[in-house]
Amino acid sequence: MKKTVTLAAFLLLLAGSLSVIGCGPKAGQPGKEEQAAGETGQAGEEMQSARDYISIVGSSTVYPFATVVAEQFGKTTDFKTPKIESTGSGGGFKLFSAGVGVEHPDITNASRRIKKSECEKCAENGVTGVVEIKVGYDGIVMANSKKAEPFKLSSKDVFLALAKEVPNPSGAEGELVPNPYKTWKDINPELPETKIEVLGPPPTSGTRDAFVELAMEAGAKEFAWIKALKKEDKDKFKQISHTIREDGAYIEAGENDNLIVQKLDANPDALGIFGFSFLDQNTDKMQGAFIDGVQPAFEAIADGSYPLSRPLFFYVKKAHVGTIPGMSEYLTEFTSEKAWGDEGYLTEKGLIPMPKEEREKYAKVAKELIAISCDEL
Amino acid sequence: MNKSTKQAGAGSSGTSRRERTIDIVNKRLEKRYRNEKRFRLYGLLSIMASVAFLMFLLTSIVGNGYTAFLQTYIKLDVQLEQGMIDKENPGRSDFQGIIKQAIRAYYPEVNDRKERRELYALFSSGAAFQLRDAVLKDPALSGTTVSLWVLADDDVDMLMKGHIKRDVPESERRLNNRQLQWIGKLEAEKRIEKRFNTTFFTAGDSREPELAGIWGAVKGSFYTMLVTLALSFPIGIAAAVYLEEFAPKNLATDFIEVNINNLAAVPSIVFGLLGLAVFLNFFGMPRSTPLVGGIVLMLMTLPTIIIASRAALKAVPPSIREAALGVGSSKLQVVTSHVLPLALPGMLTGTIIGMAQALGETAPLLMIGMVAFIVDVPGGFTDPAAVMPVQIYLWADSPERAFVERTSAAIMVLLAFLISMNALAVVMRKRFERRW
Repeated sequence: MKKTVTLAAFLLLLAGSLSVIGCGPKAGQPGKEEQAAGETGQAGEEMQSARDYISIVGSSTVYPFATVVAEQFGKTTDFKTPKIESTGSGGGFKLFSAGVGVEHPDITNASRRIKKSECEKCAENGVTGVVEIKVGYDGIVMANSKKAEPFKLSSKDVFLALAKEVPNPSGAEGELVPNPYKTWKDINPELPETKIEVLGPPPTSGTRDAFVELAMEAGAKEFAWIKALKKEDKDKFKQISHTIREDGAYIEAGENDNLIVQKLDANPDALGIFGFSFLDQNTDKMQGAFIDGVQPAFEAIADGSYPLSRPLFFYVKKAHVGTIPGMSEYLTEFTSEKAWGDEGYLTEKGLIPMPKEEREKYAKVAKELIAISCDEL
Repeated sequence: MNKSTKQAGAGSSGTSRRERTIDIVNKRLEKRYRNEKRFRLYGLLSIMASVAFLMFLLTSIVGNGYTAFLQTYIKLDVQLEQGMIDKENPGRSDFQGIIKQAIRAYYPEVNDRKERRELYALFSSGAAFQLRDAVLKDPALSGTTVSLWVLADDDVDMLMKGHIKRDVPESERRLNNRQLQWIGKLEAEKRIEKRFNTTFFTAGDSREPELAGIWGAVKGSFYTMLVTLALSFPIGIAAAVYLEEFAPKNLATDFIEVNINNLAAVPSIVFGLLGLAVFLNFFGMPRSTPLVGGIVLMLMTLPTIIIASRAALKAVPPSIREAALGVGSSKLQVVTSHVLPLALPGMLTGTIIGMAQALGETAPLLMIGMVAFIVDVPGGFTDPAAVMPVQIYLWADSPERAFVERTSAAIMVLLAFLISMNALAVVMRKRFERRW
């Protein structure tokens, strides 16, 4: 059985040569980026194999829009189609801020603005020129099955239904009790007498962050003494308004919004929290709840009358423009009217466009690559 | 027999001393039969339960997914006038514009801007690329009128397949009454039909369901598996042979053995974290590539292969080794020309089962960036790529309704691969197996 041995030896050799190819172009091109960005980590200098496609990471909310732009860009230009990973906003910033060089992503998508700490982390790792581009708006909806009546909620109702601790129903100021409400009627006599059951995203999700900030905070502020607390003791205020109850009324349904839609369809009594684009695609099964009297619709989110909407962003590494092929062309594609305009292809995917002046402003930022400074944040 | 009589005798009092062994056996016989019958029933029930679950799973996947193998096409007469195609660089012509003009020509009554947009929405954005391919293939088409079957938009496709109902109120469907009328015109003239969905088997990922295909993921899986096989098979076999045939039995080898068994049970995400730390951060290998994915999956399959190979080596009777040694073979000759050939079928089976396991893995790939939107079909080991289970995960998470059936169809393709790999393992075993 000499053959077996030869075969094994051959396979070993193959494996060996493969790993050599992988680590091969170590001393490729001494990076131009490093000079541009000043100091970089050592890892960056060690490994410089060329990359001929754009690498994008970040928010799962921006992902459906960024992928469409990437595909259009890949099909209409001679550049390769960018690679997009959906890592969540926080995960995206972590990868983005790790350094300058081909092994680090060029662009990160975010469903919230960059935090000061993240911006400082960038500067620390040599990522000095960070360009911020606002893409448009996304609405967060609370929706239920069409088999039931639509909910008409105020942000106060939302806060009282979902907070872990709520102000004492007796009206005593400054006193918190564990959330006693079991049915919607307990909160507001006008609401139906069904059990409070809300399916929503887990704490790692950007949608959850935005929901808590937009809906729960607004609801908490309806109580004068909690509102006053915001100035005196910010942490306490955050703790009251940002903590969601854990007694089973709020069910963490994972990051998969499609799953929430399916569960809502099967359980007409439950409410779900997810992005507007999923409501838009499922209008035959779902209906959005009125929040403070406004139902989520394209126009209502665009003109700001629907309260639960948030801006979406992406951030670009200035040092990579010109080094990675196609960067400036990708920015041009994303900021063109045919993409993010009032009737652009992104609106068909559920993106709510910005007003024209704002679009022009950010198109200029993208063209001239105007970097942000961490002190502004 | 004696014992039981004695026990029975001791159990009953003196009066029943005349009771014979055969009577006692007969008395309990019925109960014993019943017990056996009941036991068989339990076994049958559990088999039936698992078959029922499997059937439920398969029918729900096939029931959801079989429609994805068909795709709606619309016949469009495209007039290619002389000036429309760029002579110097035909690929750069405005094909989108030509398609729109052809649509307008078919529906001359639609003039309103908003209505036109609704009209264009019935056709896939891929139609322009179809026209482009046709023109590039046959430049002589310029100046003629071409009848082209172009892709319909995913909403139209869903309507034709019955996933969007026509009888619900207008506000509750993604196609309005005007659009239904236009489709009605196409239907009346037999210009719309469902055909076999070749795009699904030839294209990479896309955000437009009608343009999305599994081929990119299949190729990504292929390259990844190739790396995994090339590394894990030789390393696994060599490790197993050494441990089983050459290594001294001492504390060190015991320790290694325990560790290998432990590794086989480690959750796969841990290998992903290891891959991220070692291969990406330390060695600086390129992210999202089959090369790194293959190495990470190799780490995961190695314990499986080593354990299966060692079991196969253990199953070779010692008499064969002794006989070979007896006629003067060296230890190496015994292994290479007697033990290894006999153990090989078992080793191959273990390898294929390990590979099948690796084929269905997503968790370790998440950490090294292979869970990503990748449109271009990978052409090598260092191109960014996704694998089949990742593709399924990404489609399952997409809002468009048409991705539901594509998810199920992709699962069917993955299952087909797994079944053929397992069948290969069975065939290998049957062919090379030797019994004593």
